[in-house]
Amino acid sequence: MSSLEIKNLHVTIGEKEIVKGLSLQISSGEVHAIMGPNGTGKSTLAMVIAGHPDYVVTSGDVLLDGKSVLAMEADERARSGLFLAFQYPSEIPGVSIANFMRAAVQARMAEGEELDATSYYKRLYAKMDMLKIDRKFTARSVNEGFSGGEKKRCEILQMAMLEPKFALMDETDSGLDIDALRIVAEGVNALRGPGLGVLLITHYQRLLNYIIPDFVHVMYAGRIVKSGDKSLALELEAKGYDWVKKEFALANP
Amino acid sequence: MSAPSPLSVLSHSPIGSFAPDVFASHLASVGVAPAWWLERKRAAYEKFAALPLPKRTDESWRFSNILGLTLDRFALAAPAKPSLAPFPVPHAASLTFVNNRAIEGGQKHGWMELPAGVVITTIGEALAKFPDLLRSHFMAQPQKLGSGKFAALHTAFLHDGAFIYVPRGVEVPAPIVITHIAAGPGAAVFPHTLVIAEENSKVSVVDTFASADATPQFACGANDLYASHGAQITYIGAQAWSRETMSFQFNSTVVRRDARVQSLNLHLGGRQARHESLSQLQAPGAFSEMLALTVADQTQEFDQRTLQIHQAANTKSDLLYKNALRDQAKTIFSGLIIVDPDAQKTDAYQSNRNLMLSEEAEANSLPGLEIQANDVRCTHGATSSRIDPEQEFYLQSRGIRKEMADELLTFGFFEEVLNRLASDELHASLRTMIQTQFTKGPRV
Repeated sequence: MSSLEIKNLHVTIGEKEIVKGLSLQISSGEVHAIMGPNGTGKSTLAMVIAGHPDYVVTSGDVLLDGKSVLAMEADERARSGLFLAFQYPSEIPGVSIANFMRAAVQARMAEGEELDATSYYKRLYAKMDMLKIDRKFTARSVNEGFSGGEKKRCEILQMAMLEPKFALMDETDSGLDIDALRIVAEGVNALRGPGLGVLLITHYQRLLNYIIPDFVHVMYAGRIVKSGDKSLALELEAKGYDWVKKEFALANP
Repeated sequence: MSAPSPLSVLSHSPIGSFAPDVFASHLASVGVAPAWWLERKRAAYEKFAALPLPKRTDESWRFSNILGLTLDRFALAAPAKPSLAPFPVPHAASLTFVNNRAIEGGQKHGWMELPAGVVITTIGEALAKFPDLLRSHFMAQPQKLGSGKFAALHTAFLHDGAFIYVPRGVEVPAPIVITHIAAGPGAAVFPHTLVIAEENSKVSVVDTFASADATPQFACGANDLYASHGAQITYIGAQAWSRETMSFQFNSTVVRRDARVQSLNLHLGGRQARHESLSQLQAPGAFSEMLALTVADQTQEFDQRTLQIHQAANTKSDLLYKNALRDQAKTIFSGLIIVDPDAQKTDAYQSNRNLMLSEEAEANSLPGLEIQANDVRCTHGATSSRIDPEQEFYLQSRGIRKEMADELLTFGFFEEVLNRLASDELHASLRTMIQTQFTKGPRV
């Protein structure tokens, strides 16, 4: 049983404070959704937990199984069990999916331990089949020339291969048509289980029809302003975000 | 030979270790050779001795470490035993030279019979059997890139080399692998590979350069490629001299009607390594593709000078040189495209791209054009860029350590060049060889 704990987190990028005292605890097996209007700090939250060097934590902490990850480089956080599914995955010309995934898997092995290529490819192909990704993709450069749907499926493929303790999924539904969304959601649902905690970041309720969350949080102005179960998402869908903004303005005059 | 002196007290004598008595003893060791050959060597020696060392003010040596150039503390390499295996790629034949001498049994056939008429032999043997071919093709092209003195030194002291002749219409189905090895401290070597591809023939040659030990050595080599009408040559030069070696390599490529030459030079070794490459597109339909990859690290200096001369209409050249620089390494690329007045419909491209992996590395680019025809398409450009931090973060966010991420991104940067090779085996072998330059991360 693992836990990811975000404690009173404040984050700035450049001079600007984006996350302003956010707290949240996720245990393995749980799916939390964070919803909120654009520009409210949702993606910043995902990036800072993953360890992007441009984002600075000014106070607060992020604890994985009780241990702060803030002093760790992004790669160490990933090896400790965090995974970020990017909203805009980087295109990396000349680096094949196969070599990239292999390096990521190898990075998790002890020094001197050799990767067994046969079982690696067997596992990779099984996950690709699950996500309906053509096996020819292994020879293609990472995300280069991929459609929006292909990029997102490739993110889920990496998540499936790397088996994180916690996955941060940043707007995984953006840019997907309904078929692609369904495939991605099926992939995530297949990975759901007692060993995985998920933080789903989304602007729209649509994704939550396919990946049913255990908890829904509303993020606004850099913090969580409301929490509930999946019915909160439906309420937001029906009423929009304006009432949240009004409530926030009344509480913070 | 005296003990190697530190770089700070290098002598800059214009002849250094290559004094007249050394040349006389070299000539005495040549044995039976045609008079014209000996005469050429004598003339070359005179030219070498008369020309000064390059000066800081010489345009063709701009940015080069002039103070690092020395001809001192070297000696003509003595015979030695082979110590390195040839380039690991399936091949039709191989030929290995250690300290300028073809090794016993070094002329091996690969897994196949060579097609009739194909000659893969030493220059020594070619002097006896094919003197006319040698006379018209050996170092027959002009030295236009600044190293006339060192090219003359090469001709003067050349002891032996590889001679490859492919007759009309013949295709050699697998690469020919030539290995040049320098062994021992102060060893001076003069590697040479001459490729003559007759009309409509096709051949692929891998020329590799390596040191048997990590001592300071001197390499002054040349390769002449001649593609007759409709011929196709693929040439790979893979340079991995020791980190203490000073190296010069001169390439001359002649491309005749509808012929095509693809060359890819990989530069890994040497303290200071200069590579000069001249392509002459002599008849319509000629195409020269000039590719290079360099991994420069520590305090290495790689100095690359190129010239694409379009001498006839409807000719094409395409140059892409990519350098990855780490630590305090330095690279120089100076390239010129010349289009002669009659060379209408020329299509020439020249690009130098540098990937800066360190704040302290230095990449110099001097692209140039000299166009005398009015209906041409010529493009040139040079760029220097750093690792994209978003790409690096993306890889790191998957658990890949920074060093490994940078290695993957460097390979990604090189892939555009490696992908130009038609042969998957050559592609894989070169990748493996480049990998040896990266020791920090695990192998992929």
